Amino acid sequence: QVALLDIDICGPSIPKMMGLEGEQVHQSGSGWSPVYVEENLGVMSVGFLLSSPDDAVIWRGPKKNGLIKQFLRDVDWGEVDYLIVDTPPGTSDEHLSIVQYLSASHVAGAVIVTTPQEVSLQDVRKEINFCHKVKLPIIGVVENMSGFVCPKCKKESQIFPPTTGGAEKMCQNLNVSLLGKVPLDPQIGKSCDKGQSFLSEAPESPATSSYRNIIQRIQEYCDLHCSQEEKII
Amino acid sequence: ERSNLAGVRHILLVLSGKGGVGKSTVCTELALSLRRSGKKVGILDVDLCGPSIPRMFRVQDNDVHQCDSGWVPVFVDQEKSIALMSIGFLLEKPDDAVVWRGPKKNALIKQFVADVAWGELDFLIVDTPPGTSDEHISTVEALRPYKPLGAILVTTPQAVAVGDVRRELTFCKKTGLRVLGIVENMSGFVCPHCSECTNIFSKGGGEELAKHAGVPFLGSVPLDLQLSRSLEEGGDFIQEFPKSSAFPALTHIAQQILAAASQRSS
Repeated sequence: QVALLDIDICGPSIPKMMGLEGEQVHQSGSGWSPVYVEENLGVMSVGFLLSSPDDAVIWRGPKKNGLIKQFLRDVDWGEVDYLIVDTPPGTSDEHLSIVQYLSASHVAGAVIVTTPQEVSLQDVRKEINFCHKVKLPIIGVVENMSGFVCPKCKKESQIFPPTTGGAEKMCQNLNVSLLGKVPLDPQIGKSCDKGQSFLSEAPESPATSSYRNIIQRIQEYCDLHCSQEEKII
Repeated sequence: ERSNLAGVRHILLVLSGKGGVGKSTVCTELALSLRRSGKKVGILDVDLCGPSIPRMFRVQDNDVHQCDSGWVPVFVDQEKSIALMSIGFLLEKPDDAVVWRGPKKNALIKQFVADVAWGELDFLIVDTPPGTSDEHISTVEALRPYKPLGAILVTTPQAVAVGDVRRELTFCKKTGLRVLGIVENMSGFVCPHCSECTNIFSKGGGEELAKHAGVPFLGSVPLDLQLSRSLEEGGDFIQEFPKSSAFPALTHIAQQILAAASQRSS
């Protein structure tokens, strides 16, 4: 039983990626109902509260924090095995608030996503620092957009070059796990745009096996570090 | 007392609803192209959590100094052709995280807008983090008296990115910020081995959005290995790789900005 909470208030991408654009949130006696992709996958996002795709959420920090609190307090998730929280880039209000509001629960940890080049790594090192500061365990790092294999000639290009050793070197230096590397695959963007499951649409893609390996490692980490309770990522 | 922005002729913001689409890249290449056209350019980096600009000019180890009128920007060369200000220069260690809530970010942005001694500039380009929140609201408010030329919005081609950039367009409308146009970045990749073009992040979403929203489409910038490398190394892509695939699109964007500025001046 999985819950996906999207706290990227300004740029809520999850509804579209899940094929749930246009869905609305329903209220009941027990609170807000998540929008279900399948019986065992429920989603919540500010995207469901907006009436038009052009609606902008132009809010300062305090108002964003208020909504995040509501999402955690008022959404009736039911019994959940995994709660996954998608965040915007940065180390600011949303990140501080989610850690703060979840402090009473046991958070399994954070999965940090980067691309291979230094321009990205330099920001991710800050994110790792943030996790240490707020005592958020780090499950590991995912190196996304890690190389591209041309569909015609099958030769590889490093479009986002790991000029300083990529996530691998950074993880070694900072003593965090590298969960895996996901290569670029045009089908990923296509599936997300259509709101379909890439893993189902492209089972043979190298990116699919990368994702599956990463997911397995995350599950293993959670099984090792968390008891029977709900696992929050 | 003369404002620090009094000598700046044109101010433009680079925005996106989405992260990782190439705002800092567009700022950097636009600055380099404008410099090549003989303009004096400054970049104000208000991405406080993820400041990318210093490294893109190979000045990430520089410090900021004070003068009578405020902070002296960091110049990328002896000729002072491009001036930069970023929180990146103020950090003790490059990996230090800036873990600030809105009010503290707003205070620094106000300072950045008012207290940097830019001197005479043809263009001041403002690089922003993704979103429509504190940094954006504060920056637009602080710049309003100086009547910015407008905003360039950057997206990648696919719908998930365009979906966020639509919201950024609304932000511009609501705050009275003129949209100079949309750039569709990472638009196609030509394999260096066999020249096959693959639309890794789909194609056309940025152009469609521009048409739908009635704003200018400034162009599609392809993925370019030499551009990526150049940004990593803090090199001058415009100077060094005029035959590279992203060069025509990037210089065309600069031409359109020059035209918009020229129109405004006359």
